[in-house]
Amino acid sequence: MATQVRQRPAPEPRVAPATPRWNRDAVENRVFGGLRWIVIAGLLVVTLFPFYYMGLLSVRALDEVIQDPGGLWVSPSELNFDTYTSVLSSPDSGGQGFLVFMRNSALVAFGTVALTLLVALPGAYAVSRLEFFGRRQISTLFLAVYLFPSILLAVPLFVAFTRLGQRGTLLGLLVVYVSQIVAVSIYMLRNYFDTIPVSLEESAALDGCSRLGIMWRISLPLAMPAIVANALFVFMIAWNEFLFALLFLVEVRDKWTVSLGLSQLAGSIEIPTTVLMAGSVILTVPIIVIFFAAERLLTEGLTAGAEKG
Amino acid sequence: MSHLATSGTGDSTGSTLPEPDRRSPNDGPRRKARGSLTRSDARAGLTLISPTLIIVIFMVVLPILWTVMLAFRPLSLLNLATSGLLGTDFTLDNFQTVVTESGFAGSLLTTLVYSVLGTASAIGLGLVAALAVRRAFPGRTFVRAAMLLPYVAPVVAAAFVWRTMLDPQFGIVNHWGGRLLGWDDPIAFLSQRSSEVSLLGLNFSLPTALLSVIAFEAWRSFPFAFLFLTARLQAVPATLEEAARVDGATPSQRFRHVLLPQLLPTIAVLAILRFIWTFNSFDDIYLLTGGGAGTEVVSVRVFNYLTARGDIGLASAQALVLAAILAVLVGLYLKRFAPQEEKT
Repeated sequence: MATQVRQRPAPEPRVAPATPRWNRDAVENRVFGGLRWIVIAGLLVVTLFPFYYMGLLSVRALDEVIQDPGGLWVSPSELNFDTYTSVLSSPDSGGQGFLVFMRNSALVAFGTVALTLLVALPGAYAVSRLEFFGRRQISTLFLAVYLFPSILLAVPLFVAFTRLGQRGTLLGLLVVYVSQIVAVSIYMLRNYFDTIPVSLEESAALDGCSRLGIMWRISLPLAMPAIVANALFVFMIAWNEFLFALLFLVEVRDKWTVSLGLSQLAGSIEIPTTVLMAGSVILTVPIIVIFFAAERLLTEGLTAGAEKG
Repeated sequence: MSHLATSGTGDSTGSTLPEPDRRSPNDGPRRKARGSLTRSDARAGLTLISPTLIIVIFMVVLPILWTVMLAFRPLSLLNLATSGLLGTDFTLDNFQTVVTESGFAGSLLTTLVYSVLGTASAIGLGLVAALAVRRAFPGRTFVRAAMLLPYVAPVVAAAFVWRTMLDPQFGIVNHWGGRLLGWDDPIAFLSQRSSEVSLLGLNFSLPTALLSVIAFEAWRSFPFAFLFLTARLQAVPATLEEAARVDGATPSQRFRHVLLPQLLPTIAVLAILRFIWTFNSFDDIYLLTGGGAGTEVVSVRVFNYLTARGDIGLASAQALVLAAILAVLVGLYLKRFAPQEEKT
């Protein structure tokens, strides 16, 4: 092998003179080597700065922000956490009532996770493992649901829920979320079930295990990483969701989710921007915590299909 | 569910079914167990999938079909209570209004510009990011995770921060832009329809607000492209590039002739997916501009017709036109990429 490589330089001058080619390579290596660090630094600033700014404004006093809008840090003595008490406390005591919004968001998000998994796990197992009539069509239907516009669905659901008097209830919202997410959830879980060797299940069947027993004792424990990732993924979607919360709950302030509350209060002139920034932090922090805690799990789940293509 | 519990041991039912390959001598008990499982698989499969199917049919499929009916009826929120859910007063008026009204065509054009530019810049940015963090360096894990933040963060919070940053009065962008880049008057990024820009003696106008929301869209969705392209880059065999390097290919040539061909299928999938999602997207523009200043995309328009005007028929008709265009795109996507998916 080594001798072959050594013989190779002979034809090189025929392709191009050696010196200019070496030059271009060196120049490109240097340019891209430097550019790489500039790009990384630039992207970091662009992605992180808005979040830093969010945190910064939430602890600065409003009059200082107006006096010096370009300030990029806050000295420890000027730290001001009143914004958080103000945004969390109830409207009766002069606050914005975000504590109630957080309770609503948590109820809807946890409910959506529980119900989605309850429905999607058997479904994903069936689509992955069992041959039944219409399996392919059902998979295609779910993918189509995943890709279709939520605004198209918003019209009939809004009309129907108005007619049925179910607007303004968290339960109605929860059902809508589950119906929207369950298809994606099955799609993700199915990809994982596909990677579990069938032979494991076959040996369990040999030992006299029923299909339900196989699911419960073999497949579910093996799929645990995917299930956890999926649960976090569903939680994040439900916590972040905005359109349906806006359509269904906007008239009932007690039922607002954090997203809806922030968007509704952001338009008002009376509430200081710094207080609303504290609200943004409250809305964002749970997501960031979940994301960093389970980053690997989540990104693997998201790109599960990418490496095959 | 009782048939599930007995399916593993169902010998009696198994023997009555004619299955020639069960008799072959070398697969005794194993075949037996699988055979009886396969037979009950069809029933078990349908049972397990039925809760999902019921939810999807009742909450997604039927409502969409119902929208088709609504689109042909002169229905508003006001007369909703008195008119039946399945009336027969069908008319083409709504579609006629959609086609003849100037607003919808303009809105569709805005949506198209927004989707094409948003998708292109998100994928471009994602590609640059994926290439930049490709080789290992200290802190790469953190950089990767940090770059995914815009994608996972709640859209309401992100949009609110952007609105504050771009504010003409005390927004930080106008503050530092005025100091460092020397623009004289604060720019109303989100409420100004267009602004005159003179560059090299040429004057032309830029759609300010539309470009701002496109920038937001690129910021929020480039991590998605970044994630997929990073995963794909890792799967490129190192030997390919090594061979090109030995043959004297420079970095840009290696990218153009070795990496890019490998990435193109992924970029194609990304382009279609991102385009579909951007085409539908409602939250971003509604939260940033409310659809004002030349940024009214179709989904925001549908929302306004539905809630502010309460015109259910017209809202449905416009949503349907949007969906019809999307159906073509989704069909394209499924046709090209779903068969591949089934095989793996």
